Amino acid sequence: MGEGALMEFLASALAWLADPAHWAGPDGIPARIGEHLVISAAGVGAAALLAIPVGLVLGHVGRGGFVAINVAGVGRALPTFAVLVVAFIALLPLGTVAFGFGPTFIAMIALSLPPILTNTFVAVREVDRDVVEAARGMGMSEAQILRRVELRLGLPLILAGVRTASVAVIATATLGALIAGGGLGRYIIDGLQRQEYERLFAGAVLVALLAIGTELAFGLLQRVAGRTLEAAR
Amino acid sequence: MTAGEPLIRWDWVASHVPDILGRIGEHVVLAGIALSVGLVIAFGLAVLALWRPALYAPIVWVTGTMYTIPSLALFALLIPFTGLSLVTAEIGLVSYTLLILVRNIVTGIRNVPEDVREGARAMGYTRAGSFLRVELPLALPAIVAGIRIASVSTIGLVTVTAVIGQGGLGALILDGLILFFSTPLIVGAVLSVLLAVFVDAVLAAVQRLATPWARAR
Repeated sequence: MGEGALMEFLASALAWLADPAHWAGPDGIPARIGEHLVISAAGVGAAALLAIPVGLVLGHVGRGGFVAINVAGVGRALPTFAVLVVAFIALLPLGTVAFGFGPTFIAMIALSLPPILTNTFVAVREVDRDVVEAARGMGMSEAQILRRVELRLGLPLILAGVRTASVAVIATATLGALIAGGGLGRYIIDGLQRQEYERLFAGAVLVALLAIGTELAFGLLQRVAGRTLEAAR
Repeated sequence: MTAGEPLIRWDWVASHVPDILGRIGEHVVLAGIALSVGLVIAFGLAVLALWRPALYAPIVWVTGTMYTIPSLALFALLIPFTGLSLVTAEIGLVSYTLLILVRNIVTGIRNVPEDVREGARAMGYTRAGSFLRVELPLALPAIVAGIRIASVSTIGLVTVTAVIGQGGLGALILDGLILFFSTPLIVGAVLSVLLAVFVDAVLAAVQRLATPWARAR
């Protein structure tokens, strides 16, 4: 592709993005961004609800480090694409649930469990044992130590795990479009199939921006949380 | 998929062994090219960052941004320019290895104790000699750790390159998806995980053999 053709293509991709017709309706950009955020938040949220309590308890009793580390290792080796397709086939007998949301949800949970679990476990283990002993000496129950000491002091690291998971999920939720899911991946897959490269390019730019935006937003949240923690001391 | 169909039809597996082996070969080649090219580029960037420390932050920022861009999106972004080709797949795969590799190489070298570096200089090593013969070997565990993470994630990512027609075990997964037939799908997924675990174990063994001094501790 020559330079002239390249500029021409970029211009037409920009025109695609700027076209008001692409900003309305169920296939419009706001709707697709909404779908993308909903499926991502659902996946990370469910994974956090599972992984944070388990990580806290494992970290508190100081056992199961082997499990936490290995779940993370296997999780990294597990291709999300494979999880997605296996979940799709497994859900097929249930009918329409198999298309889109269901399998993507499962794959996004599988993707975000490992970093959240490992980080939560490490966060609790890294809390100064003297502080925990002092809390015990003050008469706190184990549950109180977990909630008021370990969870609070470990929060920055736990948040870091949720951040890693969220960015990966925003990036990967794109694959859901391969099995008739919504979200921004729709533009990429449809663009690829219809050979409408403007659509594909616009979709890719939007997902990339959303992922980078998520990364920056969590950075901000972590800084605010860190400062609140400092102030509470 | 029709009801009553088993999850895996072993007769299909048995009759497709050459096909499956071919896919494994493609997968290994795709991942191997990405890791080798990634390692060469990352090494260059790491040397640059060590030579001019001010460049480290921008290098991490750029490679970190590349790491954030979704694989499917990156492939999509490249298709108008490089088409449905091996180059497209490799640009995407290589760019995901860079952050991990650069970070581990730089951290590994920086963690070499200052006394060791001074000792090497005192023994008459030039700066380059000390880097190649003293610092690099000492940084090997950190570097291999980076290569292990990068290999495992690259082997997983290669499954996605099937979507842009580049073969590998992802092609089996895609076949299963298109035909609603679970056997190739499961074969592709399981083999890709096994391949990642196997490569990880091989690299761990290589590291043990290459750094006998680390074992004594």
